[in-house]
Amino acid sequence: MKQQQLRIPMPVRYLINAALFAAFLLVGNLLVEGRVISSYYAKVIVLIGINIILTVSLNVATGYLGQLPLGHAGFMAVGAYASAIFLTHTSIPIGIAFPMGIALGGIVAGIVGILIGIPALRLKGDYLAIITLGFGEIIRVILLNIDSVLGFKLTYGAASLKNIPKETSFFSTYLCVGIVCFLIHAMMKSRHGRAILSVRENEIAAESCGINLTYYKTLGFTASAFFAGVAGALYASYLGILNPSGFGFMKSIEILVMVVLGGMGSMLGSVVSATVLTAVPEMLRAFSDYRMIVYSLLLIVVMIFKPSGLLGQYDFSLSRTLESIFRRKPTRHPADAANAEGGEA
Amino acid sequence: MKRIISFVLAFLMIAACFAFGGCAKQEAASTIKIGMQGPYTGSTAVYGLAVQTGARLYVDQLNKAGGINGKQVELIYYDNKGDDAEAINAFTRLVDEGITAFLGDVLTGNTLAVVAEAYPINMPMITASATAAEVTVNPDDGTVYTNVFRSCFIDPFQGEKMAQYAAEKLGVKTAAVIALTGDAYSAGLADAFVAKCAEVGIEVVAQEGYAVGDKDFNAQLTNIAAKNPDVVFCPNYYEDVGMIVTQARALGLDTTFLGGDGWGGVSEYASAEDLEGCLYCSAYAPGSTEEVRAFEAAYEEAYGQPVPNMFAPLAYDAAAVLCAAIAKAEESGAKTGSDEYKQAIIDAFRTEGPSVSGITSAGGYTFDENNNPIKDAVIMELVDGVETYKEVF
Repeated sequence: MKQQQLRIPMPVRYLINAALFAAFLLVGNLLVEGRVISSYYAKVIVLIGINIILTVSLNVATGYLGQLPLGHAGFMAVGAYASAIFLTHTSIPIGIAFPMGIALGGIVAGIVGILIGIPALRLKGDYLAIITLGFGEIIRVILLNIDSVLGFKLTYGAASLKNIPKETSFFSTYLCVGIVCFLIHAMMKSRHGRAILSVRENEIAAESCGINLTYYKTLGFTASAFFAGVAGALYASYLGILNPSGFGFMKSIEILVMVVLGGMGSMLGSVVSATVLTAVPEMLRAFSDYRMIVYSLLLIVVMIFKPSGLLGQYDFSLSRTLESIFRRKPTRHPADAANAEGGEA
Repeated sequence: MKRIISFVLAFLMIAACFAFGGCAKQEAASTIKIGMQGPYTGSTAVYGLAVQTGARLYVDQLNKAGGINGKQVELIYYDNKGDDAEAINAFTRLVDEGITAFLGDVLTGNTLAVVAEAYPINMPMITASATAAEVTVNPDDGTVYTNVFRSCFIDPFQGEKMAQYAAEKLGVKTAAVIALTGDAYSAGLADAFVAKCAEVGIEVVAQEGYAVGDKDFNAQLTNIAAKNPDVVFCPNYYEDVGMIVTQARALGLDTTFLGGDGWGGVSEYASAEDLEGCLYCSAYAPGSTEEVRAFEAAYEEAYGQPVPNMFAPLAYDAAAVLCAAIAKAEESGAKTGSDEYKQAIIDAFRTEGPSVSGITSAGGYTFDENNNPIKDAVIMELVDGVETYKEVF
């Protein structure tokens, strides 16, 4: 493609987005710390952040890789428990231990992702959905019963893992949101990301171009699991208590609903739908008995009128919008993958 | 065009969310707000609704009689679907709305999550249905959550009571246990039963487990039958109990089955002959005394249905103890909702509790050092397919 029109140079693009994101973090943090936003809304906003990470991470496997894994809550559980067990046993100061816990949650979930991905990704479509569903349940049952096998208290099973330091704040959550979105964005723009997209579009064509299907499928799946683990770690320190029953099949479906509603393959869509679907049930508390009906109706209406999800595969790019404003001649780059680092700004 | 529409839709939806934020209510200071929450939808709604209706009944009666110190009591309740994250959010919202005390939570897991939020802000709290010992005390370092009380038994208590009852009243020498593995309630009762058995001289000859959703218990029951115990302790929920007892009788295992309060309603799930003579402990003896009958009549009048389970009377009692404590705190003259006020309520649980004659504890509510009520269990017996009040033990 010839580049004759005005293009904002790459470093400036990143700088604009980074600056906007930093401003968002600072302002948000000030509002929360200064109690301008009540503690209830602050809690809901943090939960939204965690769900955004979960949704964009599942979007990697569902939207970009084109697979249908149904065990996402399992990876989240692995990350949550890894981080929580680390945090409750370590004597490192919490300020340092918490970021380590988040990283650990991601890494352990990533490793489990590789272990599950290698056998599971040899299957396609429905079969993959069923096997990942099975693995998700296996993870949950292991967390529930591992104590009686080990002979000492590790996950505390059904009695719940308690007294996890409650460190998840607005700042830490949205910093993670920003980093995760940026990493996924950068990955999808790279060679590897393009290869992942090609697997989604046509496996046979991709393979004939020399793309190693198993490798790229596992890569996408592992990245998805890694980020789910990060979200799990944040979730653990948000709740302060973990029970395997919270990571059942329905949790996986909940995350999948967010991805599908936002539009598979759209990062902005994931961000928007995670925000809406987390906020709506909370905001509908005024309707008490009817809130779950409203929530379900909302899903049905969107699926009828916009089956590809709210935003389809469209993704927002601040730089591209700016460029088109300057040119005053809007042109679209539908093939351009996401530049949604500033999506929540 | 379609894209624009969906963008507009998405923005409207977000805008709508935050628009609700402006509707924060400003109530006059003439009401005392008590927060409640529980699963009012979903598979555990039966517990949440029983607690809600029970507590509401007491508060309505109290308001009709003039409220506390001339102020009306307002119950604010939110659904949490039994989800931990929702429980924390709903609790934070209640605190923002200015509750002076919290009655709940309903499920043990949710309660544990809420206690972690409520303890640092010293919010007075009483639960009618969270039975795990850890709700009021941290098992790792033994810290007592001084702000958290309850009106129900704790899990180990029921297991201990049944072991004691078996030894003293039934003269049992050997016992077997069949419990749900990986379930805090079932395993908690079973462990306490086994521990107490060793103390009172009952030999536990078999300990069997099963998984959630199991329908066939023949393998476990055959093992138990081979050991020929005097009683079988089966601390599970009524549906499972029905199947276990029926299958045991088919195998020729004729011993008495003992259970915990999860048995409430079991008579619908097995035949009268199979259940004849089985015993379980409960917190609530339907129709046993004058006060209990008055409560049952009032409940039926208010909601048009009979008392669903023991959690409604337990919640009624919890509300009674809480309101008595609040009344005491009001007398102290501290500003409603201030730290001294909260502490006054917490202190008043201990001083006022014993004089509250409850539906499930006629002798009042005395709390032990871990904030658990000291009260007797009600032993219920299955007679001709009817769950009958036998005695207080």
